[in-house]
Amino acid sequence: MTPDRAETPVGGEPESVEELVAQWEDEKPPASGPLTNVATGALVALLGVAGVIGSRSLGLGSTSQPGPGTWPLVVSVALIVLGVLLVARARTAGFGEKFSVDSWRVVAGLASMIAFTLLIGNIGFEIPAALLAFFWLKVLGNEGWRSSAVGAVLMPVFFYLIFVTLLKTNIPHYF
Amino acid sequence: MDFAPVIDGFGVVLQPENLLFCLIGVTVGMLIGVLPGLGPAATVAILLPITLTVEPVTAIIMLAGIFYGAQYGGTITSVLLRLPGEASSVVTVFDGYAMARQGRAGAALGIAAIGSFVGGTIAIIGLTFFAPLVASFALDFGPPEYTILALLGILLVASVGSGTLVKALIAAGIGLLLATIGRDGFTGSERFTFDVLQLSDGIDFVPIAMGVFGLGEILYNLEDRNNNTKAPTKVTKVLPSKAEIKQSSGAIGRGSVIGFFLGILPGGGAVLSSLAAYAYEKKCSKNPERFGQGAIEGVAAPESANNAAATSSFIPLLTLGIPANATIAVIYGALLIQGVTPGPQLVEDNPDIFWGVVNSMYIGNVFLLIMSIPLIGIFVKILQVRAAILAPITVLITLIGAYTIANSVFDIFLVCLFGAIGYLMKKVGLEPGPLVLAFVLGVLLETALRRSLILFGGDPTGFIGRPISGTLVAILVAVIAFPLIAKLWKSKTKQKELV
Repeated sequence: MTPDRAETPVGGEPESVEELVAQWEDEKPPASGPLTNVATGALVALLGVAGVIGSRSLGLGSTSQPGPGTWPLVVSVALIVLGVLLVARARTAGFGEKFSVDSWRVVAGLASMIAFTLLIGNIGFEIPAALLAFFWLKVLGNEGWRSSAVGAVLMPVFFYLIFVTLLKTNIPHYF
Repeated sequence: MDFAPVIDGFGVVLQPENLLFCLIGVTVGMLIGVLPGLGPAATVAILLPITLTVEPVTAIIMLAGIFYGAQYGGTITSVLLRLPGEASSVVTVFDGYAMARQGRAGAALGIAAIGSFVGGTIAIIGLTFFAPLVASFALDFGPPEYTILALLGILLVASVGSGTLVKALIAAGIGLLLATIGRDGFTGSERFTFDVLQLSDGIDFVPIAMGVFGLGEILYNLEDRNNNTKAPTKVTKVLPSKAEIKQSSGAIGRGSVIGFFLGILPGGGAVLSSLAAYAYEKKCSKNPERFGQGAIEGVAAPESANNAAATSSFIPLLTLGIPANATIAVIYGALLIQGVTPGPQLVEDNPDIFWGVVNSMYIGNVFLLIMSIPLIGIFVKILQVRAAILAPITVLITLIGAYTIANSVFDIFLVCLFGAIGYLMKKVGLEPGPLVLAFVLGVLLETALRRSLILFGGDPTGFIGRPISGTLVAILVAVIAFPLIAKLWKSKTKQKELV
């Protein structure tokens, strides 16, 4: 069967491998520039420097009797070299992705998980799970009020059945 | 070769309870594996805590089920949504999605399941005969050999990744540094614990894998990346026709063999093998122009190859104790938690466990075939559920699962922290795979290096003096030097052309 005899071609769909690959390229988020590589390289080199300082305080030993700091020192020095290399090759080392206006959603998502973690030890997992589900459905997922509320009730019930009733884990639970 | 332990192993695996957990493993593996963006490494990492709630043997069998289910989950999204779950499914999209657009999505998924089953089975048979041989050879390995082998493993994984070598090595370096946190195994002194009590035993591998692979991916997807995803194509007839099976049988056989051999190589075995199998079929075909237009061999070959490779990549793990890629690294961590230390001694000292692991792969693979075809309708339904609803479910599975590893809230914090690190790494173009692999190999590498140096009286040239470690050093040097020489050669030829 050839594509022109396709049963349900959808408008705007790629017709060939080349078009599909081109579409993947188009859909890629904007690439970050060399500056991100410079910042990453500098951060990695700094981590390496901190590692060297820490390794020295651990005791370096000798090559015939390596101490607790020997291996961390080797790894830290390698990180400094690699960090400097990344800074030097910032223009050719391949780029990541630019942070977008949507990046706040990641921060919000992470904050909700940390809040869940802080609450679970005190009031069990059910209420924090309901709050997290509601936040992810309504705020991050743009779902309607009703479906968010239903999801926020059903999800903790579902996880209660799996983790408490079925698997009998020790997850803190209120009910 | 003594077959008694092989058969005994089957006796264990075939117990009803174990079969049930294998079935659950395949199903949940596929359920999480179909979520866009979540590849096998992420899926296995997210579901790891569930396996910790059952007996070790059952857990290993369940893991095999999750592993195969997760592999197939990536195929489903490749065919129905043109979203490859992982790099080894990218070529499947070319013909798989073309078939879906022609109303042949069912046949594409069906042949992928059959190809995966055949590829997996051939590879497990190869593993059954091949692994004990490699293991007996590796029994002579001492600390120097393990030092070079672990370094080689990390280097190969870094060099075949999708990013640049410098960035992959940075990720590996961070993984190695993280592995040094905790009590030093030789002297007992605490390293980089900053007086945090929970860090004195080091960071557990599971929160790292769950964080960088699982939560990192979920956070990354929060930036509305998959908005352009179309609703999945309707799936009608799932079983491929006799003519289609006949047409793809050669491709399945060739793909399986290519996959088996390439999968043994550390690094991107599955990725490389799916590309090689696709390219080989296209080259051999009398009508290569059909490829990319919905040729069923274009789905059969890479799917057989990547499953065969995924299976044969267990050989370096079970015989040398060296995980060949990120997914196997997660499985390695899971086996360690269950008290199984993969390595050359495993087949000799604990044949029941060794063959239990191998035989559970046979069963997992059979369940994959049995479950995938009738369940395809359900997966299509799952793909129709909006990402907004699936995301909080996955987050809650991960967070609650993280607690159950050691009944510790601190572990949930760690998962959140490594989730943030995983997200940032993806944003700046650092791959998480080398970090997790290096973290897993870190303790082995440091221990082997320190023992070797004590053995050699501090003389590093001792590594060259032993025949096996000397050969491994030569391979290591070749792996480092080859790309540099190739680059120099290229620039010289370019210069000559300009002159």
